[in-house]
Order: sequence, then structure tokens, then C-alpha cells
Amino acid sequence: MIHTTDESDIEIERRFVPKAKDINEDIAWAQINKDVLRSMERPRLMYWVIFLASLALFSVGVYCEVYQYRNGLGAADLENPQVWGLYIATFIFWIGMSHSGTLLSAILHIMHADWRKPIYRFAEAMTTFSLMTAGLFVLVHLGRVWQFYYVVAYPNERWTWPNFNSPLVWDATAIGTYLTSSIVFLYFGMIPDLAICRDNAKGFRKKFYWFLSAGWQGTDRQWANFRVAYMTLACFLIPLAVSVHSIVASDFAVSQQPGWHITSFPPYFVAGALYSGCAAIITLFIILRYVFRFEAYMTMPILDKTCRLTFAIAMVWTYLNLIEYASAWYGNDEYAKQALIFRATGTYAPYWWAMNFLGSIVPFVLVFKSLRNHLPTMMVVSLLLNVGMWLERFMIITPTLAHGYYPWTWTGDWWPNWVQIGIVAGSFGWFSMLFMLFCKIFPAVSMYEVKEMVYHRFMASKARA
Amino acid sequence: MGKVHTLALFNNFEEAVRAIQELKGAHLPGFRIDDVVIKSPIDHPELSEMLGKRPVYVQLFTLAGAVLGGSVGFTLIASAQANFLLQIRGGRPVVPIPPDMVLTYELFILFGVLMTMLGCFIAWKLPGNRSTLYNTSISVDKIGILVRADPLVIPKINEIFARHQPLQIMGEHGR
Repeated sequence: MIHTTDESDIEIERRFVPKAKDINEDIAWAQINKDVLRSMERPRLMYWVIFLASLALFSVGVYCEVYQYRNGLGAADLENPQVWGLYIATFIFWIGMSHSGTLLSAILHIMHADWRKPIYRFAEAMTTFSLMTAGLFVLVHLGRVWQFYYVVAYPNERWTWPNFNSPLVWDATAIGTYLTSSIVFLYFGMIPDLAICRDNAKGFRKKFYWFLSAGWQGTDRQWANFRVAYMTLACFLIPLAVSVHSIVASDFAVSQQPGWHITSFPPYFVAGALYSGCAAIITLFIILRYVFRFEAYMTMPILDKTCRLTFAIAMVWTYLNLIEYASAWYGNDEYAKQALIFRATGTYAPYWWAMNFLGSIVPFVLVFKSLRNHLPTMMVVSLLLNVGMWLERFMIITPTLAHGYYPWTWTGDWWPNWVQIGIVAGSFGWFSMLFMLFCKIFPAVSMYEVKEMVYHRFMASKARA
Repeated sequence: MGKVHTLALFNNFEEAVRAIQELKGAHLPGFRIDDVVIKSPIDHPELSEMLGKRPVYVQLFTLAGAVLGGSVGFTLIASAQANFLLQIRGGRPVVPIPPDMVLTYELFILFGVLMTMLGCFIAWKLPGNRSTLYNTSISVDKIGILVRADPLVIPKINEIFARHQPLQIMGEHGR
């Protein structure tokens, strides 16, 4: 039995959880409940530090958005041809981040990879909050946010005619579907755990969990229906996630803009999404492990597997990145070739090279097992990978818009101003704030799935013995 | 005479299995195996199999939702396109199938997801049908066997439970 309340107990865990095992099979089920419920009651002080820092960052974003709202998009230095600035680049980044939950939760669930069980819940939450953050940028980039309903594809009682052939209309529908489905998937998978919370809570919280737990009593009929429904939802989520990022890629790929009109954009976007999502999972894994004292559940072998998965996806992304360059270079399209040369040698060249270095070279750190098991190194590497992936989105938008067909539209000296940077920073605050709130209100580790993992592994080792 | 419930709590899986086996073999009057419900902290398909096949209809809701979503989605889009006042299409179709498939696909999934959840809630018979016999230790690590039977048979069922070291036996009117 493991009870990690202080550093000495963590030391005990380090000594007694065999390195090769994803989780200690001898851990008592009651202890699993206790540890997870305690994480919701008494996190480390660092929780509040992160939460307040997120709140401060979010406030900066709100101030910048209010400033832009009152003064118009010109205050954010957005004008032709740089009409999207950092907003759409960051929108793609957050949409990409959302794919990690689907990967870890849905794909690995279908493949019966049970090592995902202690960490999939927060990855799913990450999906939901990333999508909510991405959705904000759709509003922010409009400038006139009160006209957001124009992006929604509903028939023409307004006497406006939505262009159903436009990927922008597809985008709004796909993101709406993905957000709704992700919330359903997150909530649905949490119902047995919400019943545990209900059974242990008092006062208002008891009523709150009672309502959300939907009468769960763990009956055989409930489990049977739950299993079928959860698997079905997972099967829906996978093609949905692929379709969402393919559609986002289509926003660019179906245009005639040199640098965007590339067939490999949809798989390139999907691979980039999985890549940044996996890197973010590593970051949050390390943070949650410390903040909520989840050392017994978020173990080093699980981190090791996540790192290896990230490396594999990094190599897929690198390959598709090279394909993109090769398409431009050998595609007999002089404009696309010039756009590529501009990225590599123009104003934004340092960021292009940084993106390639961070996205394709830095992941080789993950090859070394000793480094994979070193938490500070993994924290730095995962953050660097995500900086690289954010730069990738920046390189898709800004240099391309700066170097179109017409030389008189070239804006090689354009840089985002403080309003844009403030709103982007605010989005990170918004995401972190929601995520930390979620982990305080809902169990960040799936208790029933960890129990299943422990039970099945125990039975397997008993059978072997 | 109306049926009543009794719930026995067991410490582990093996004891619960033995209790169910004995219940099945007892052939008590006024008792059916369909009236036995297992309550457990994790899914035990092997334990549920002992109770016989219990159909799951969630997939039908999923299918209905997906078909409904796809057809409603396509109909809405196509009818909107067909109702545009001016059809300046330059020779292209008024209702172009390939781009409309994207939105149709999204609605196919959306309705499928929502109906799956709804189907599951209906299968759980929400908002009613929550047994009053429940113990919070079931959500920790104990296994409960809930039986619904004639009041006259309940003592015999409790006797069977008692032979398999239950932690507790609860009736509808207390322990």
C-alpha cells in the first residue's frame, strides 16, 4: 500500500515501485480513492502559484482584448495582407493541442493500451480546454466579436447566404462538433469517478456530484452499457479529430496562396497536432505529478512510454515537413518556391530555422533513456517542442501572407504588436486557469480505471505465478 | 405481494462468485436470476456473465443518431442551397455533393455522439429507478449483490449470503 503524503513517502515509492512496472499492483483500491480525492482537497502550494499566475496572464489578455474591441483591429496592427497575425496561428496551435486527448484516450483505449489509464483524464480535459481556447481566437480575430454568428452555417433566414463550399464554414461546424463530443467524452468517462466523489463529499459538493454522477451505482447493467457507449464514443472521436484538423488545414490548402496550396497539408497538420499535444502531455504530466502528489500513478515508466510515442510522432511530423519543402521545391511552382526561400532567408528566417531545430532535432533527446527519466530535462524539452510547434504555426501564417503573388503587398518587416502578444499570452493564462480549476474540482486521475489496471495486472501476475 | 430487495456486501470477487453460484442452484420459489444485480467498483464482465446475457441497446441509439444526423444535416444544407434567391453557379451544381459531405459527416458524428449518451442514460433508466440499497464502500473496493424477490424468500437468500462471509447484509428496512 502506498500513501504519498510527503517527501519521505515519495522516496519510499521510488524504492518500492519496480522501474519496469507502470504501477504498483499491490496498491489498495481504497488508497487510490484516498490519494485522488486528497489531490482535490489539498494540492501543494505550487497549485495556487500556478493558478494565480494563470489568472494574472488571463487578465492581461482580457485587457488587450478590451483595448482591441474599443479601438478596432487596427489597434492590433492587423491590415492587409497581414489580416490574421498571431490569432489564427495560435488558433491552429490550440486546435492541435486538443488532439492529444483523443490520441491518448480514444486511440489507446481502442488498442487496449492500459498504461494510458492514469493519465488519460487530464489529456481529455486538455482537449476540451484547448478547444475552448481555440474557439476564443475565432471570435477575437473577427474584431467585431458580436458578429460571430456569421461563421455558423445555418440557413438563410437572415437573407445572408452561407457559402457551404467554404472551409471556414466547415471549420466552425467541425470545431463545434469536436468541442461538444469532447465534453461528452470527458464527462461520460468520468461518471463512475463522480459517483466516488459523491460518496465522499459533503454539503453543496455532494449535491453537485450527485447530479453529475447520473445515478451511478456500479450495477452490471450500468457497466455493460457504459463500456459499449464509451467504446462507441472513442470510435467517433478518432475520425472526428482527424477531420477537424484536416478541415483547418483546408482553410489554407484550398486557397491559391503560394506556400499554402499543398496537398500534404491535412496529414501534416494532423501530425503536428498530435506532436504538440503529446509534448503538452509531458509538460502537464510533470506538473500534475508534483502539484497533486501523483507520484504513485504518474510513474516514470508511463512517462517513458509517452516520450517514446512523442518521438515517433515527431519523426512523422519531420517527414511530412520535408515533404512540404520538397513539394514547394520540386513542384514547378516558382511562387511557392520563392515563398519557401523567403521563409528560410527573409525577415522571419531565424524563426524558421528555430522551428526546424526545435521540431526535428530537439526530439532526438527523447532517444536517450537516461534523459527520458530525468524530469527537469523532460520539462524543458517538452516546452521547447511546443515552442517549436507554435513557431510552425507562426511560420505558416505570417511569412506566407507577407510574401504573396504581388510584390506590392509584400510586408517583410511586419511584426505583431503588444495587443496581439497580450491576447496570445492571455490565452495561455485562460487555458491554464481552466485546467487547474478542473483538476481541483474533478478527479484528474481516473480512479476506476486505475483500479482496473491494478486488478488485471495483479491477476495476470498471479496467473503467471 | 410486492417484491423486496436485499443487498449483501462481499470483500472480494471469489466470495461473490460462490454466492451467485449457490443462488442460481437453489431454485428458490419467487426468485429469478434476472432479479439479481451486481454492484461493483470496476467492470466485472466475467461476474455479469454468470447472470446470463443481458442485452445492451446503446448501439441502436448510436445508429439512429448517426443516420438521423447525416440525413438531417444533408437535407438542411441542400435545402438551404436550393432556396438561395439567386443561383449564380456558372454551370456548377446547385447542390454540390463533395463539399456538402463534409458538413453531413460532422453532423453524422455529432448526432451519433449525443444519441449514444442519451441511449446510455435511457438504459440506466434515468432519472428514476435508483435502488435505495446502496453502500458507499461499493465505490471503493467492495462487491454488492442486490436481489429482488418475494419477502418470504428473502430469509433463505440471506442464509445463502451468510454462508459466504458477507461483510454486511442490508434489507430495505435496515440491516
